[in-house]
Amino acid sequence: MKGSLLQARLVGLLLLALVLFTPPVLLVFDRPAWLGFSGLPLYLFAAWLVILALAAWLLEGSKDE
Amino acid sequence: MSDWLLVAVAFSYLGILFLLAAWGDRRAEQGRSVINSPSIYTLSIAVYCTAWTFYGSVGRAAEAGPSFLLIYLGPTLAMLLGWVMLRKMVRIARAQKITSIADFISARYGKSGLLAALVTLIAILAIMPYIALQLKAVTVSHAILTDYPELPSKLGEEVFWQDKSFWVALVLGIFTLLFGTRHLDASERHEGLVVAIAFESIIKLLAFLILGLFVVFWLYDGPTELFQTAAQKSEQITRLGLEAVPGGASGWVGTLLLASLAFITLPRQFQVLVVENVDERHLKRASWLFPLYLVAINLFVIPVALAGLLLGDAGQEPDSFVLTLPLAAGLELLPLIVFIGGLAAATGMVIVETIALSTMVSNHLVMPLLLRWKWLHLDPDRNLSSWLLGIRRIAILVILFLGYLYHALLGESYSLVTIGLVSFAAAAQFAPSLLLGLYWRQASAKGATLGLIGGFLIWAYTLLLPGFAQSGWLPLSLIEEGPWGLAALKPYALLGLEGLDIYTHALFWSLLVNLGLLIAVSLFTRQKHLEQTQAALFTEALRPEVMQTHLWLGQTSREELHQLLTRYLGQEATHKLFQRFQTEVTAEANRSEEDQLAPPELVAAAEQALTGALGSTSARVLINSVVRGEALDLEAVLSILDTTSQTLEYNKRLEQKSAELARIGEELRSANERLRELDRLKDEFVAMISHELRTPLTSIRAFAEILRDSRDLETDKREHFLGVIVKESERLSRLIEEILDLARLESGRLRLNPEPVDFRQLAGDSVDAITQLFQEAEIKLQVQLPTQQAWVIADPDRLQQVVINLLDNARKFAKGKPAQVTLTLEAWKNNWRLAVEDNGPGIAEEEREKVFEKFHQIQQEAASNSRQRPGGSGLGLPISRGLIAHLGGRLWVEDPKKLKGARLVIELPRAPEQEAKADAPPAAPSEKTG
Amino acid sequence: MAKVLVVDDEPNIVLSLEFLMQQAGFSVLTAEDGETALQKVEQENPDLLLLDISLPGISGFEVLEKLRNQDAYRQLPIIMLTAHGREVEKEKGMALGADDYVTKPFSTQQLVNQVKNLLDPASKP
Repeated sequence: MKGSLLQARLVGLLLLALVLFTPPVLLVFDRPAWLGFSGLPLYLFAAWLVILALAAWLLEGSKDE
Repeated sequence: MSDWLLVAVAFSYLGILFLLAAWGDRRAEQGRSVINSPSIYTLSIAVYCTAWTFYGSVGRAAEAGPSFLLIYLGPTLAMLLGWVMLRKMVRIARAQKITSIADFISARYGKSGLLAALVTLIAILAIMPYIALQLKAVTVSHAILTDYPELPSKLGEEVFWQDKSFWVALVLGIFTLLFGTRHLDASERHEGLVVAIAFESIIKLLAFLILGLFVVFWLYDGPTELFQTAAQKSEQITRLGLEAVPGGASGWVGTLLLASLAFITLPRQFQVLVVENVDERHLKRASWLFPLYLVAINLFVIPVALAGLLLGDAGQEPDSFVLTLPLAAGLELLPLIVFIGGLAAATGMVIVETIALSTMVSNHLVMPLLLRWKWLHLDPDRNLSSWLLGIRRIAILVILFLGYLYHALLGESYSLVTIGLVSFAAAAQFAPSLLLGLYWRQASAKGATLGLIGGFLIWAYTLLLPGFAQSGWLPLSLIEEGPWGLAALKPYALLGLEGLDIYTHALFWSLLVNLGLLIAVSLFTRQKHLEQTQAALFTEALRPEVMQTHLWLGQTSREELHQLLTRYLGQEATHKLFQRFQTEVTAEANRSEEDQLAPPELVAAAEQALTGALGSTSARVLINSVVRGEALDLEAVLSILDTTSQTLEYNKRLEQKSAELARIGEELRSANERLRELDRLKDEFVAMISHELRTPLTSIRAFAEILRDSRDLETDKREHFLGVIVKESERLSRLIEEILDLARLESGRLRLNPEPVDFRQLAGDSVDAITQLFQEAEIKLQVQLPTQQAWVIADPDRLQQVVINLLDNARKFAKGKPAQVTLTLEAWKNNWRLAVEDNGPGIAEEEREKVFEKFHQIQQEAASNSRQRPGGSGLGLPISRGLIAHLGGRLWVEDPKKLKGARLVIELPRAPEQEAKADAPPAAPSEKTG
Repeated sequence: MAKVLVVDDEPNIVLSLEFLMQQAGFSVLTAEDGETALQKVEQENPDLLLLDISLPGISGFEVLEKLRNQDAYRQLPIIMLTAHGREVEKEKGMALGADDYVTKPFSTQQLVNQVKNLLDPASKP
């Protein structure tokens, strides 16, 4: 993978994370999900792990520089 | 729990830490570094998780739902840019031997001493509460453990030597002294420190996970039971939704931004992320592994918070749930583990933060002042390196004492999280000049200075002053009514901006002012030379070509440089440095060692070494004191950069331009070639025409002269010669007519009068016109016409001219016994096709298009003798083709069908049926024989 | 009686030259192309050639060259006729050993004089 390409992908991932971690996407999950608790924390942890998995895949997969 | 046990445990823990650090340092000295691993690097970054995380997260979750996660989502976002942005900072810091964030920002803006001092001051003010927070956490946790189940006694009511936190601060200070300032060169990384910090990160994570597992699976029967129990006590328990977050959606975004900025700009984070980084490739792993650490340490926060709330021990602060939960269960060991975890979190932060701050204080506040005192460097015997260490040690103690003071005076009025966020907001003020400076070359020192001052003042006004007011130092009316009753100046609602939580409010205004000033002032100021150079070096840092060295033009002797370095770095470090440059000077052996000029590389290395010890500003001053002449070869650095950035760009454009020029040149050449070719063709054409005109003219003149000179000519001869003259004159006129036709055709000025024409009748008429010639030449002419009329749109005269021309050509070429020509008119799809075929030699495949070139037969005649010259101008076919094309049809040569000679075909589109003309001949295939 | 060989592919020009030469008192042979011209030179051994340059088949220049390469015809007077009025052609013809060069259309009187000169230099008018 070329350096600049990796950087561009990381920036893309950052934008995805920004979208996932901020309203209004956040509001979609901010409703009672289980026993009256909001689904928000669960969603946040899930999205968090997805982002990190993607980041690990991108960064560990690249061999350059 | 007994006091002495706690103290013993705490000191044992610190002892282990110290041993670890010593071991790490020794390994580093032996060249077998233990920290050259991305995992250690990741764990050292986890110094981010302080006592605030350890105790405060649970408290925040209990009070404000999921907002505690923002403090960790922010760094996650920042780390996603680790490879892009932090790597740049690491590379710069390595190249320029940067020791702290103050040094970094100052170096970026032309090594401005003012800026460095400013950053240092802001950092101290910002971090003081944060250090106070750690002291408070340790003290409170100690108090809870000793006093439980009683509420911990109020702090700040004893004399300071009775105050535990004073002693905690003192112990931590001494501990920090011990391994924070063992070496002078702060830029030679604190390897032992990093090892200890990484170890602490493991301890605090394990402690919290153990506590979490205990709460979920010991106190409760798994998470389901915990949540179900919590759900039943619905009225007191947070629903964990966004409504619990202060400031709602905007507060969410504001805190997220705050945390991502502070993660980079907090002095201790800069220390571990940038200064202590040993290999920039470690950033790859850390970019995702560190956020994963954050996920892990936050996993049990919500369950612990819920369990704490269910405990219903209203007197206990939520910040203390992690301790009170196991204590309430009657356990002894677990609270101790938690205490150690909290201690690990707090000590890690305090140690790294005070080391970072003390470096900044000594390098950017104290040293610049000391350097102004002449006697300090007039006395060559004085070893200043011990001075430096002393300054740094004093700074550590002072910083911790200030932290204690803050804690003692103000600490009670805030929860842990509140104090932390105030610090975050102050540290975030470094972000504009730091981050923008990485990418925007124009950002200037004046802009950065004013931006920082502006942002800091707003921060102080919107967060610090109200804090004083809430602590009772200032009247509360300041918050509620604004100063002097001016509502527009209310610190929590500046200009009437309400509806934001106080942090988002403060962050918005301070960053707006900060960034606005930085950009606006930068746009209106000119950078100094050094500033330009540094700005260029910073913004272009990731370009591999950029040489991050500064070349010195000035001269100094090795001896002078040696003395200077010895004074500030000590004998050993100086010796090492000079040894690196030993081999290169042997060429100058004829001069004594002392008198030899120091090579520019050595001067540069000396400056870097001094920068590592003293910061870039002071190092410059010192080097300037011994180097004579122009210090920095600005041109050299700029030229390097020019080669890399602008020149590369320029070269690229130049390359494009020259490629374009080459292309244009090629085009011009081929256009020229075409023009030459056209010119040649024109010459040839003129020559051909002249030849064709001269030929009949020759006969005419010859016979005319004969007739003139020979009056006694017999009558029949005279008649014959006159006939020749007439004939040749006709030929001449025809030729001229043809040339004119051709000229009109080629210039597009030919006027045609198209009208509906019956092609059948026209073909018949043409045959009639030429029959005589065929009969004379004894050529058999077969004509095959369709039964119905064949309407086309054409100029009848011109069309007839073409048909006759074809027939005449065929007549000339027809050969054999009997010579034959056929004319066929037939429908073909939507067209009429008239074909004229002869039984002559035919036209070779490759010649079939060439016969339509002007004077083709004449040219060919010169080249070969494959075809007999038929007599004719050589313009007939080109004109015919031009005419037919003008009429919307085609004329071409194709394979013979009936006879074996040439076959020429006219094709014209069919026109709608017209009223038959009265004189139309009966339609029937006919045959005319000559 | 001197024999003149007229070589041209234009029948009317041949006709006019034939008449002119006969009138001037020469016997006239004609040829319409280069091949025939060479044959007739061999067979009839004419005293002078009026040779057109643009001929079907081998050109007048080639005929000239071939004749000049044979010892027997090295001195044979040859007048080149051309409808191309270009100097280069004239030079080329002279270089190849033509005795004279006449551009069409020509003055009949002048041509006859040139022929006479070549055949009998003494009888200059």
